[in-house]
Amino acid sequence: MPAVTELHVNGARKPVNADPDRSLLSVLRDDLGLTGAKYGCGEGRCGACTVLVDGRTVRSCITRVGTIEAKTLRTIEGLATAEQLHPVQEAFLEAGALQCGYCTPGMILSAVSLLEGRPDPDRDEIVRSMNGNVCRCGTYTRIIAAIEHAAKAMKGGVK
Amino acid sequence: MNVQPMFDFLSEPERYELAGTIPGPEWNRREFFRIAGAGVIIALLAGEETLAQRPGGQRPGGGGGPQDVGAWIHIGEDSAVTVYTGKVEIGQNIRTSLTQAVADELRAPLATIRMIMADTASVPFDGGTAGSRTTPAMASQLRRAAAAAREALIDLAAEKSKIDRATLLVADGKVTGPQGKPTLTFGELTKGQKLMKVIAAQVPTTPAEKWTVAGTTALKVDGRAFVTGSHPYASDIQRPGMLFAKVLRPPALKAKLVSADTKDAAAKPGAIVVREGDLIGVVAPTSHAADEALGLIKAEWKTTPQVDGKDLYKHLKEKSGKGGGGGGGRGGGGGGNAGSIEAGLKAGDATVKATYTVAYIAHFPLEPRAAVAEWVDGKLTVWTGTQRPFGVRSDIASALGIPAERIRVIVPDMGSGYGGKHTGEAAIEAARMAKVAGKPVKLVWTREEEFTWAYFRPAGVIEVTAAAKKDGTLTAWEFHNYNSGASALGTPYVVANRRTEFHTTDSPLRQGSYRGLASTANTFARESAMDELAAALGHDPLEFRLKNLTAPRLRAVLEAAAKQFGWGKAKPVAGRGFGIAGGTEKGSFVATAAEVAVDPQKRTVRVIRAVTAFECGAVVNPDHLKNQIEGAIMMGLGGALYEQIEFADGKILNPALSDYRVPRFRDAPVFETILLDRKDLPSEGAGETPIIAIAPAIGNAIFQAVGVRPRAMPMAPGGTLAE
Repeated sequence: MPAVTELHVNGARKPVNADPDRSLLSVLRDDLGLTGAKYGCGEGRCGACTVLVDGRTVRSCITRVGTIEAKTLRTIEGLATAEQLHPVQEAFLEAGALQCGYCTPGMILSAVSLLEGRPDPDRDEIVRSMNGNVCRCGTYTRIIAAIEHAAKAMKGGVK
Repeated sequence: MNVQPMFDFLSEPERYELAGTIPGPEWNRREFFRIAGAGVIIALLAGEETLAQRPGGQRPGGGGGPQDVGAWIHIGEDSAVTVYTGKVEIGQNIRTSLTQAVADELRAPLATIRMIMADTASVPFDGGTAGSRTTPAMASQLRRAAAAAREALIDLAAEKSKIDRATLLVADGKVTGPQGKPTLTFGELTKGQKLMKVIAAQVPTTPAEKWTVAGTTALKVDGRAFVTGSHPYASDIQRPGMLFAKVLRPPALKAKLVSADTKDAAAKPGAIVVREGDLIGVVAPTSHAADEALGLIKAEWKTTPQVDGKDLYKHLKEKSGKGGGGGGGRGGGGGGNAGSIEAGLKAGDATVKATYTVAYIAHFPLEPRAAVAEWVDGKLTVWTGTQRPFGVRSDIASALGIPAERIRVIVPDMGSGYGGKHTGEAAIEAARMAKVAGKPVKLVWTREEEFTWAYFRPAGVIEVTAAAKKDGTLTAWEFHNYNSGASALGTPYVVANRRTEFHTTDSPLRQGSYRGLASTANTFARESAMDELAAALGHDPLEFRLKNLTAPRLRAVLEAAAKQFGWGKAKPVAGRGFGIAGGTEKGSFVATAAEVAVDPQKRTVRVIRAVTAFECGAVVNPDHLKNQIEGAIMMGLGGALYEQIEFADGKILNPALSDYRVPRFRDAPVFETILLDRKDLPSEGAGETPIIAIAPAIGNAIFQAVGVRPRAMPMAPGGTLAE
């Protein structure tokens, strides 16, 4: 298979030269310097490496970069503008929904994907949707609260 | 001179961390200003605690020079305040809480204060971020330094404006005279100055009742960097020309290398094979290429038969030596040995004789061990995640045979540790491989490596024999802990006849520190046994505890948790149970009451509600404290119910997240957390102690729900209640 030569990341076309068998995670981190996605478990079960591919969550540690070339990628680096955080980022900060923060980018992208598909999830839906993401510091209830708050903010309700 | 250990040998499995030598340049005044620039510097001489952590025990050099500094603060010509401390941010949010302490004393806005942490090139020596010592020790040191800085700024303002210093006030980063004249920013006062003060004496600091910044909730000071993914963890560091490393691991613990053929790996384009003593690895332009090359190495190993996990507890007992250590503990009532167990058992109407076990568990920090090493002109810089930056610097120096002065260790705020990152394996490996490669090298351990080659929370066997009279008075308490450790070994309950012993033994797996150390195991055994006694006597478990407890701070948290929970007000519905437990460790106090549901068919266990009362003296940041408490309980729930390392013949059998169950969203109970803010008492550490009461609270609730007494942690391995 030929090398992957370009990725569409955060609205820009980025030239790369990557063996298609490499993980999407390593190409994002090591070739493009997008280190917001993290290595956690290496088997797609902790969610730290989560990125959005065509709007859906993907575990980049178990995704070969060769399968991604024509698709649209969104990483944590593409979520906020220089002036403004995304409402989910804002809500995580306000709710103190992190400790060490290593799981946070994956949590936030998973939450963004959830809220884009389902703007008003109940608690059970949040838990089901987020259950594949591990926060070893144990801030789950705060993350749930942050997502509930962000849902309101994104609907133009309470900020 | 003999080493003066900081901790008692028997009460602290972290003892190995005290080895090594203290390196460090002889700092002088010029060195401080070279690092920080012009302005005012206040350096605080280290307290006895910090000095005691220094191997050798004595102060290096003579004359109490700046090498004895414990922390220092710089106020620049731009009014910026920079604080230098050897402590490490692991997610416990001390970057925020220490900033709050400095802001409070300096009367300066939080946003003007920056912490430089855990960079051995600029921060004072520190023995490590462990033992919940940051808040009681470092925060109070920084308060003293900041208070001294504030007074120095007043002196400068008085001198500059020729005004009586008594009429000057400091607020909001400015020194102000009567009617606002003059108003001088810190920068206006420090401009052109190169003033350095070394403080040795006790400097009066602001009492907790008068705190304005500490004692209130402040958001994580650099939170934005984390929610935008821009914070660089050690594993995120990139250097020009950097290569990626992989290390060849043996097939089993203690396996010895017989031979290795690395020809094919070396022939792979771009790959460099590193072979240096016991280290064999590959360095390549991508981690994928390094992995592929590593797979081409043909190695032969000699393995040795080892203890099987199913024989673990028998092994720990058989290999144990004579016990020692009473372990009274601060705030405890019945520490040490006294009276006669025989007489106490005779005097009792009900006796409990029970054996409890705790498994080895993994810390599972989401960021595994990682390091980036770079050599420039014979000097080494290593970015790594460790709770002991100076210790790891010494370890690298010994491993590579170079002076520590030529090594700089930088610890970016870490992807957590929980006591699991006191060592520097990845740092040493990366340093050795970078030296051979002649390029900067990044090594990130895989999850399997982290599960296999790091260290575990010690497993243990705890035997309790106890008795009480019909009226609930404890008469005998005998407690033996094999291997897991002596923290919280002594009982806080009042009992005339008592004997507590910790027995060292042979641990088949590598073990070390873990959040709360052995307090979790000992509190599980003690609070379960107390519950068993209460049940045998037909007493309410809370009443039984309070009857035998005088320690006021522990009573207070038990009573507060019970009140919030509604203890004694209602009975659980069928299949559910209520349990309560309490304990003390590291100077703080916790009680947790839990409601647990057990599915009658599937035997699955779910924690519905966890009500916790916590007291750690004066609260520094209420919201971050709640975050720590609830996070600790969430983590403790994993060890209580699910987590355990399985092993046989030197192999870890479940070295993957898919085979090692950690708490997830669906496991989160409803938390109700009460902070007992004791502004009259010094602030204690709070990152560890909240973990200790959840396991026995769950176990006691399971007993109430289904009449089965869990005596082994984890209680529901594989998700279902153990038979």
